[in-house]
Amino acid sequence: MTRWLSRAYLASVYLLLYLPIVVLVVFSFNDSRTGYAWGGLSLRWYQSLFNNHAMVQAMWNSLWLALSAATVSTLIGALTALALHRYRFRGKKVLNGMLFVVMMSPEIVLAISLLALFLLVGIQLGYVSLLLAHVTFCLPFVVITVMARLSGFDERLPEAARDLGASDFTMTRTVLIPVIMPALMAGWLLGFTLSLDDVVVSTFVSGPSYEILPLRIYSMVRVGLKPEVNAVGTLLLVFSLVMLMLSQWILTRSKR
Amino acid sequence: MTQESDLSCQGLVRRFGAHTAVDHVSLDVPAGAFFSILGPSGCGKTTLLRLLAGFDRPDEGEIRIRGQRMNEVPPNRRPVNMVFQHLALFPTMTVGDNIAYGLKRQKVPAAERRRRVAEVLEQVGLPGLADRNPQELSGGQRQRVALARCLVLRPTLLLLDEPLGALDLKLREQMKVELKHLQKAFGTTFVYITHDQSEAMVMSDQVAVMRAGRFEQVASPEQLYREPATPFVAGFVGDNNRLSGELVGLDAGLADVRLPDGTRVRGRLAGEAPAKGAPVALFVRPEALVLAGEALRPDYATVRTEVRTTLFDGANSRVEVRHGDQTLYARLPQDGSAPRLTEGSTLYLAWDPALARVFALGEP
Repeated sequence: MTRWLSRAYLASVYLLLYLPIVVLVVFSFNDSRTGYAWGGLSLRWYQSLFNNHAMVQAMWNSLWLALSAATVSTLIGALTALALHRYRFRGKKVLNGMLFVVMMSPEIVLAISLLALFLLVGIQLGYVSLLLAHVTFCLPFVVITVMARLSGFDERLPEAARDLGASDFTMTRTVLIPVIMPALMAGWLLGFTLSLDDVVVSTFVSGPSYEILPLRIYSMVRVGLKPEVNAVGTLLLVFSLVMLMLSQWILTRSKR
Repeated sequence: MTQESDLSCQGLVRRFGAHTAVDHVSLDVPAGAFFSILGPSGCGKTTLLRLLAGFDRPDEGEIRIRGQRMNEVPPNRRPVNMVFQHLALFPTMTVGDNIAYGLKRQKVPAAERRRRVAEVLEQVGLPGLADRNPQELSGGQRQRVALARCLVLRPTLLLLDEPLGALDLKLREQMKVELKHLQKAFGTTFVYITHDQSEAMVMSDQVAVMRAGRFEQVASPEQLYREPATPFVAGFVGDNNRLSGELVGLDAGLADVRLPDGTRVRGRLAGEAPAKGAPVALFVRPEALVLAGEALRPDYATVRTEVRTTLFDGANSRVEVRHGDQTLYARLPQDGSAPRLTEGSTLYLAWDPALARVFALGEP
């Protein structure tokens, strides 16, 4: 009896979690115009999605933004993590604490303060403001991922490399970067997904010149649930699953 | 004059704030020698090694390798390689790539690199392991890879920073012997630092005993054992018994010492003769102590002790006794000649005064 109950409980939890997603995927292939009735299998919403020029443009914009934001924040984040790990300097604790502040503070607060900053400095709202904002909220995640990897790093390895004749640059290229590579990749993937689906911060700091996918979807939904949204959602789902598997594959491979 | 020695240091000093980690150390290591620096942890031996490797610079003094001044030369340009305490093998590279790392930096062509890696792996007894990952090897094998990674570069000088510390006891004993054989086979000059006196004694041609940044004595292992120059060396190198007393007489290099209970014993005086009545320490090795009851020569020194316990350890078996409030250990012969000892019974211990050493306790 209890076993039956616990199974039913488990089933309901999974149902609640995954049913909406399953519905979304199924209805993205629905031929019916209304979103509530089944009208047979069809790819028409995918077709209309790709015929929607503004939509495709927003997709490319989002992809480009996520790529650049993840790359920039990985570069800066890796250097920050190295500095925090290796050197002792004034304000190190403050810098470390600030990273957590950025990570923990409500997104809306970050969004408002970034908007205020951009207006104050006179940065036009568009790709640049979005990039700066996305790099800001991705950065702590990269730093923390890389720092975790560095905490297990044997400090003697760089010295051994120097001892065997490597210059500082060669040592970094041949010893340091290979060791932190998995963390760099994980941090990059994290930044990429964070940037790709951000709505709150982007709403504030984007301008009319550069429309991105999450905002486009959001505005579509406001005027009523269109079946194209299901198609976009399915595509995003597949994309993030691929990314997830990629990151898992990298992590398990590096654990050898 | 420094031409024939591989490494020569003059008056090396390294300070960290108010603390002087290396305090006017001078040393000379002849080519092909196995030179050990032995000292308790915190004595400055690691700092000294890092000065030699080039990871740190001396505040004073000069380092010369084969006559060349090295003070300003960065570690990647010194003809010196180092085996690290925890080996520091590159985890992202195979054994072969680890060993080839230094050759690659020297721009040795790939074919030549492969040949030399295979050759050195053969020499350290790990043929055919080039494609393995360091993580897959045992502790002893990793040890050999770390050695091979340095030896393949044919350095003038190989520095070893307690490389056996991470191994278990049995393997350590085995590696001691093997290191010595490898050193002879390669003919490379080794500078080895350790806090384990048995490692230093077994392997070295010369041992420098270091304490508080200074060398207390530099000598062959046998000389260190038989003729320690300071009370610290006498206490640190090998097992030793120490009896405190005061000097009451001197006769042809033999010192008469009165112990707190009035017993008078003798030993050979080391160093300058102190004034009569000065506090002295007499050191006598456990194996020099004879259980009285055997035929004693009249010139032997004798103390009356009380048996505490016997410590059986095969050939190393000892008896722990007390004389007043001082504890002594004597070796128990395992040929059946030792008397049956019970706790609390009285035991006379005697020694040849020539085998005991007396130090004045002026400076600590």
